[in-house]
Formats: sequence, structure tokens, C-alpha cells
Amino acid sequence: MFAFALPMASEEGGFIPPSVSDTHLPEIFPWFAEYGTGFGKQMVMIVLSIVLITWFFTKAIKNPKLVPSKTQYLAESGYAFVRNGIGRDIIGEKNFRPWIPLLFATFFFVLLNNLFGAIPFLQIPSFSHAGSAYAMAIIIYGTWIAVGLKNHGIRYFKLAVVPSGVPGWIMPLMIPLEIISNFIVRPMTHSLRLMATMLSGHIIVMLAAAGARHLIVVQDSLAMNGLGVLVILGSVAMYFLELLIMVLQAFVFTLLTAIYLQGAIEADAH
Amino acid sequence: MNSTDFILAASESVNPLLPNPWEILVTGVGFAVLLFIVIKVIAPKFEQSYEDRVTAIEGGLEKAEAAQKEAEETLALYKAQLLEARTEANRIREEARSEGAQILADLKTKATDEATRITEQSHRQIEAERVAALTSLRTDVGVLATELASKVVDEALKDDARAQRVVDQFLTDLEAQQNAGASN
Repeated sequence: MFAFALPMASEEGGFIPPSVSDTHLPEIFPWFAEYGTGFGKQMVMIVLSIVLITWFFTKAIKNPKLVPSKTQYLAESGYAFVRNGIGRDIIGEKNFRPWIPLLFATFFFVLLNNLFGAIPFLQIPSFSHAGSAYAMAIIIYGTWIAVGLKNHGIRYFKLAVVPSGVPGWIMPLMIPLEIISNFIVRPMTHSLRLMATMLSGHIIVMLAAAGARHLIVVQDSLAMNGLGVLVILGSVAMYFLELLIMVLQAFVFTLLTAIYLQGAIEADAH
Repeated sequence: MNSTDFILAASESVNPLLPNPWEILVTGVGFAVLLFIVIKVIAPKFEQSYEDRVTAIEGGLEKAEAAQKEAEETLALYKAQLLEARTEANRIREEARSEGAQILADLKTKATDEATRITEQSHRQIEAERVAALTSLRTDVGVLATELASKVVDEALKDDARAQRVVDQFLTDLEAQQNAGASN
């Protein structure tokens, strides 16, 4: 059912490109529909990602050996990448330990859900849906503000919006800018960056598939059919580019999480 | 669900920025569950495994260092012992050499003494024999003298005057000799 979710609207002759609406898939439980588009494939994948991450990492570390097995080594490399590469390098040796689980969960949650977009039949990155990206951004937004308040009290808001070492006359300009940039734009860019890159990647996949199908099946000209084959070949290259972007965006999302946390922990240091 | 529905859905043009509240809920709750599992189970286990490995590697290094140190100490000990043994051997050799020289000197002294002793003994024996010979010679000389004297006396009796003189002389000599022997 999911695989056929691509538009079939082109039989009448003209090519109708797939639109964003097509990323909203038919509901599995349609009775949720009155609240929105209902409980669909995207949510199943969210749940699936949680099950897969839990399953893989608990299995890999079930019997930890000093000389790790391949699975354990893979899992430990992934863990160490987030722990040291993101956590320790950004937040710093002193404060990073409590944040390892959050960064770890964020990275692999986003990564796996992005990679779903590259797996046949799943074929849609969960975060191409704005709701999921917003949810993650809200959780992290709330977390770093709470961290700032816990570490610095109410003074944190002053620390966060009043830049130090700036002459007084420029303050009326700087403070509103800092408020907008830190407390309004930041969670939006954080979520939309992820959502937009995933959605655009998904639309490219849909366009390539729909276009190739139109060129090969609907068009009579042999040249057009050949062009359709070229589109398929081109989409393979796009597939690998998407794969890179999926990993990169998961990394960027987690990196920004770490940077925001670091900024909240050491708000008085800059 | 047929293709007409899709066309209708597409024409309504969904704004991709408007979230589906259910997606927010599912993602939020799902992430909270995942975070809980990671905090409770996954992260502690990975940290533990990491700690264990660090401990094991550091322990191994320390053990290796200790072993090396011990080996070095043993080597130093052996070297010292070897040196000691060499010194000892040298000392013994020196001692033996000096002892040998001592023995040789002793033997030489002994041999010289012995030779001296033997020489002296010979001298003494010779002296004794000379004395013995002298004694026996004197006895023989007396007898011979007496014999000679008796012969001389026998002869001289023919010449009275000369015989008289000889006898006188002889007696005088004898007397003097006896006096000397008595005073001796």
C-alpha cells in the first residue's frame, strides 16, 4: 500500500508532478483522522526506530568483552563518536558526562529515522514531517533553557541576551537581536533545517520516480523512454547524495544540540 | 483508496510547515522512551565497558612495567654477583700465586738448611776422624819410636859416648813431654 503512494495521476496525458501533500501517507488507523492525518506510516517508523536502536545497542553491549566482537565494536564506535566527537569536544571535559545519553539518543534517533528514507518500502525520512522535527527541537529547546536557569538562575536570560565586551550605545540594537536569534530563531532553524533537507530529499526521490514512470510508461516515443532510464540512473547518484545528507543532518542536529547545551552551561564564560 | 483521492489531496496543497499534532506527540513520547532506555540501560553499560577496558589496559601496562623493573633488578643483581665472583677468583688466584712462591721459598730455605746441616755434619765427622787418626797415629808413633829407639839403642850401645848422649837426650825429651802432658 505504501509503495503505491506515489501519484498515479498522469494517465490522462499531462505530467502532474508529485507535491508535498503526497508525503502525507494514508493512515493506518483512520479513526485518528479527525485530529489531523492520523496515525500513519511515519509514526510507525518512529516507533520502529526506537525498537531498533534499543535492540541493537542492548544486544551489542549485553556481554561486553575486553576484545570486542564486531557488533560490539561497531556499537562502541558509534557510542564513542557521539560521546567524544560531539559531547566531549563541544561541551568540554568537565561537564559533558551527564549529557552523553541525550546526545546519544538524539543522534541515533535522528540518524535512523533519516536513513529510513533510503530503505526501500520504508522510503521516507521520518523527519520530513514537520511535526517530528518540531517535537525534537522543542525537547532540546526546553532542555537547554532549563539547564541555563538551573546553572545561573534567572540571571541566565541576561547572560544569554546581553553580549559582553560590547559598547553600551549598541546595546539597544544587540539585545533585541540576541533575543530573536537565541530564543525565537534558534529552535526554528534547528527543526526546519532537518525537516527541509529531509523533505527536499524525499521530494527529489518522488519526482525522479514519478518522472521516470511517466517517461517510460506513458510516453510513446523511444527517446522519451530512454530519457526515463537516464532519470533512473541519475536518481541513483541522488540516492547516494541523499544518504550523505541524511548522516550529515543527523550529525549537525546533534552538534547543534551540544552547542546549545554548552552555551547554556557556560553562559557566563562569553 | 484510488488515484482520484490523491489528485484531490494534492490539489488541496498541504503546507509542509504545519505539523500533525499526532506526529509531535508520537515523536516526543517516543524520544522520551528512547532517552529513558539510554539513560537507564545503554549509556551505563557502554561507560562500564569503557571503564573496564581502560582499567585493563592500564593494569596491563603497570604489570608490564613491574615485570620490566624486576627483570632489570635481577640483571643488576646478576651483574653484581658476576663481578663479585670475578674479583673472588682473582683474589684466589693471587693468593695461590703468593702461596706458591712462599712454599717455594720455604722449600729453598729448607734445602739450604739441610745442605748446611749435611756439610757441617761431614765437617764434624772429618774432624772426628782426623782426631781419631791423630790419636791412633800418636799411639803408633810412640810404638814406632820405641821400636826405633830400641833399635837405635841396640845399635848405639856399640858407641858408648854417643849412646849415652842419645839416651840422655831422649830421657830429657820424654821428661819434658811428660811434664807438658801433666800440665795439660
